[in-house]
Amino acid sequence: MNTPGDRPFSLARMAAVFLKELVQMRRDRLTFAIMLGIPVVQLLLFGYAIDTDPRHLPMVVERRADGPMVRSLIASLRASSYFDIIAVTDRAGEGEAMLRDGRASFLLSIPEGFEERLVRGERPQILIAADASDPVAAGGPLGALDEIARRALAPELIGPLAGLAQGPPPYEIVRLRMFNPASVTAFNIVPGLLGVILTMTMVMITSIALTRESERGTMEALLATPVRPAEIMIGKTTPYILVGAVQTLLVLIAGRLLFAIPFTGSLGAFTLAAAVFIFTNLMLGYLISTVARTQMQAMQMTFFIFLPSILLSGFMFPFAAMPVWAQAIGEGLPLTHFLRLVREIMLKGGGYADIWNDLWPLLVTLALFTLGALARFRRTLD
Amino acid sequence: MSEAPAIAVEGMTKIFGGRKVVDAVDLTVPRGAIYGFLGPNGSGKTTTIRMVCGLLRPDAGRGTCLGHDVIADAQAIKGRTGYMTQRFSLYEDLSIRENLDFVARLYRLSDRRARVDRALEELGLAARSRQLAGTLSGGWKQRLALAASMIHAPDLLLLDEPTAGVDPKARRDFWDQIRKFSARGVTTLVSTHYMDEAVQCDAIAFIAYGRKLLDAPIAEVQARVGLFARLVRGPGLDAIAEALRGAAGIAVVARFGAELHVAGTDESALDRALAAIAGRPGVTIGPIEAGLEETFIHLMAQSTDTFR
Ligand SMILES: Nc1ncnc2c1ncn2[C@@H]1O[C@H](COP(=O)(O)OP(=O)(O)OP(=O)(O)O)[C@@H](O)[C@H]1O
Ligand SMILES: [Mg+2]
Repeated sequence: MNTPGDRPFSLARMAAVFLKELVQMRRDRLTFAIMLGIPVVQLLLFGYAIDTDPRHLPMVVERRADGPMVRSLIASLRASSYFDIIAVTDRAGEGEAMLRDGRASFLLSIPEGFEERLVRGERPQILIAADASDPVAAGGPLGALDEIARRALAPELIGPLAGLAQGPPPYEIVRLRMFNPASVTAFNIVPGLLGVILTMTMVMITSIALTRESERGTMEALLATPVRPAEIMIGKTTPYILVGAVQTLLVLIAGRLLFAIPFTGSLGAFTLAAAVFIFTNLMLGYLISTVARTQMQAMQMTFFIFLPSILLSGFMFPFAAMPVWAQAIGEGLPLTHFLRLVREIMLKGGGYADIWNDLWPLLVTLALFTLGALARFRRTLD
Repeated sequence: MSEAPAIAVEGMTKIFGGRKVVDAVDLTVPRGAIYGFLGPNGSGKTTTIRMVCGLLRPDAGRGTCLGHDVIADAQAIKGRTGYMTQRFSLYEDLSIRENLDFVARLYRLSDRRARVDRALEELGLAARSRQLAGTLSGGWKQRLALAASMIHAPDLLLLDEPTAGVDPKARRDFWDQIRKFSARGVTTLVSTHYMDEAVQCDAIAFIAYGRKLLDAPIAEVQARVGLFARLVRGPGLDAIAEALRGAAGIAVVARFGAELHVAGTDESALDRALAAIAGRPGVTIGPIEAGLEETFIHLMAQSTDTFR
């Protein structure tokens, strides 16, 4: 009649915890309302974000001409604090590839015969393409380019070329904003906000999953039953996937209605990325709840995670402009990868093929959090 | 099969913050027995019960519970044990039915619905099954928790003060039920502070300051302690009690309504002490059997002397 509880994993017991959690979630109206209210409020608050003044953005130079002027221009760019030249190439298409996959934020293209045409007074074009899916990053440096080029070339325009130093510059700078041509800040902020909201609410909600049971005294009875740690873990986290899904939908709809944010990529890829991200955060929260002794501690630890997520993920400041140590921390944050995934999919039209680079780090952290939580779970009350 | 005891642990020790809260306690509970677990507040009853069902890891000691090792095989014990915690440990934000349903699911009961219905019926809560558990009165919470711990018809019941705050009628029903279970071979270890419940047990283990002082069938308890008692009646009992307390040869002075029970381990010393008040007008002194209550008050007083 009573099968002993030696089954390593029981779907029925997991379902018991899942259903219980679902009912409790439904009863806790205030929390439920807050979880759905947060996305809307945050969206309105952050939707019109402030510009910042980023520096040291990675630039790739596609050089199809050479000469003293070109060398001087590149040297000036190197010297400027706006750009870090990460590569100089003469192969067509390579620069654009780097721009697309996010290694470079800018592509500077110097056309063939640049110097000859300049000397002939033909006003050759210098093309600068910016990854404007992060418009904060793209804005300032684009404006600075005029000045950098003028100063770089002025010393060359002497002697017979002195005449070219008068009037309009003897070249033309063509700016190209790619991926977000109108450079709307909300385009970048809103998808980023989705990640921030999910990080905050998902981690917070599961961070009290176990501490709440301990504090209310229900843990003792729960542990006295045959229920296993993995069953508790899955049963307690999965109900909140629904909440995360609703939040995601809310942000997408509000983003569309309020800020007319386009959705250019694959919906399937987006769903996959969002699901993995939501689960990663739920597991992170659950891991916290296996460590924290009280709900208060759980909240403090949540904020301890939340702050770097906001500051170092590329949400507040352009990732490429951050110092190396900050980037290293940022790479370890789930939000960093999710932001890239969302921008890639929503603004750059990415599909399944484009998400792997940032999906696998998420999957690895998810696995680590899960194993960590299982290892930390206390089967006894000591 | 019925030869092996339901609980057989020895040397169980638990240390909290450098203090031995439970100190080398042995416990042998035969199958089908109703074992009373007594002792003053903070003596280590709850801690011992938790170690027996695998909720606390003992710092020393070993043993078996339902034939399974209490340390290595806690999982197997849990499936066949019902544990009622001292503190209410059901979900206040779930309804009565949802709570029972949750527990029944955790034990993977195939006839879950029928069992939950029956439990509600027996509790007399069928009509209020949708009420949130948190809104129940204290006694009803207790009765619900008890029902939840028994829903999977366990072989062993570990009940930590199950009837605290429960009314006399419900307590009587509860003990009737425990005896019915016992007849079917279910073993019960129950902690209590009520003497009228202690006498319902087959045997009693008494612990104080983490050490077991007494472990005997209920009928032998008084004889083991060897307490002699006298009944004092008459006017001015308060003054008499005051005069007797602490006198040589007197271990216990306990007031029962309009009577005073006076007890000591040395019969002649007891009578010598009582001679001092025998002459007061209207006061009568007669012999009585030492009761459980005097016995335990004596044990507690003795343990204070020994360990403090
Ligand atoms: N988790 C813990 N950490 C530290 N000390 C503890 C812990 N649990 C119990 N104790 C201590 O162990 C001692 C025994 O506690 P226990 O709850 O076992 O007593 P008890 O006999 O059940 O008492 P009561 O009759 O009041 O229920 C107490 O002094 C208590 O303070
Ligand atoms: Mg206790």
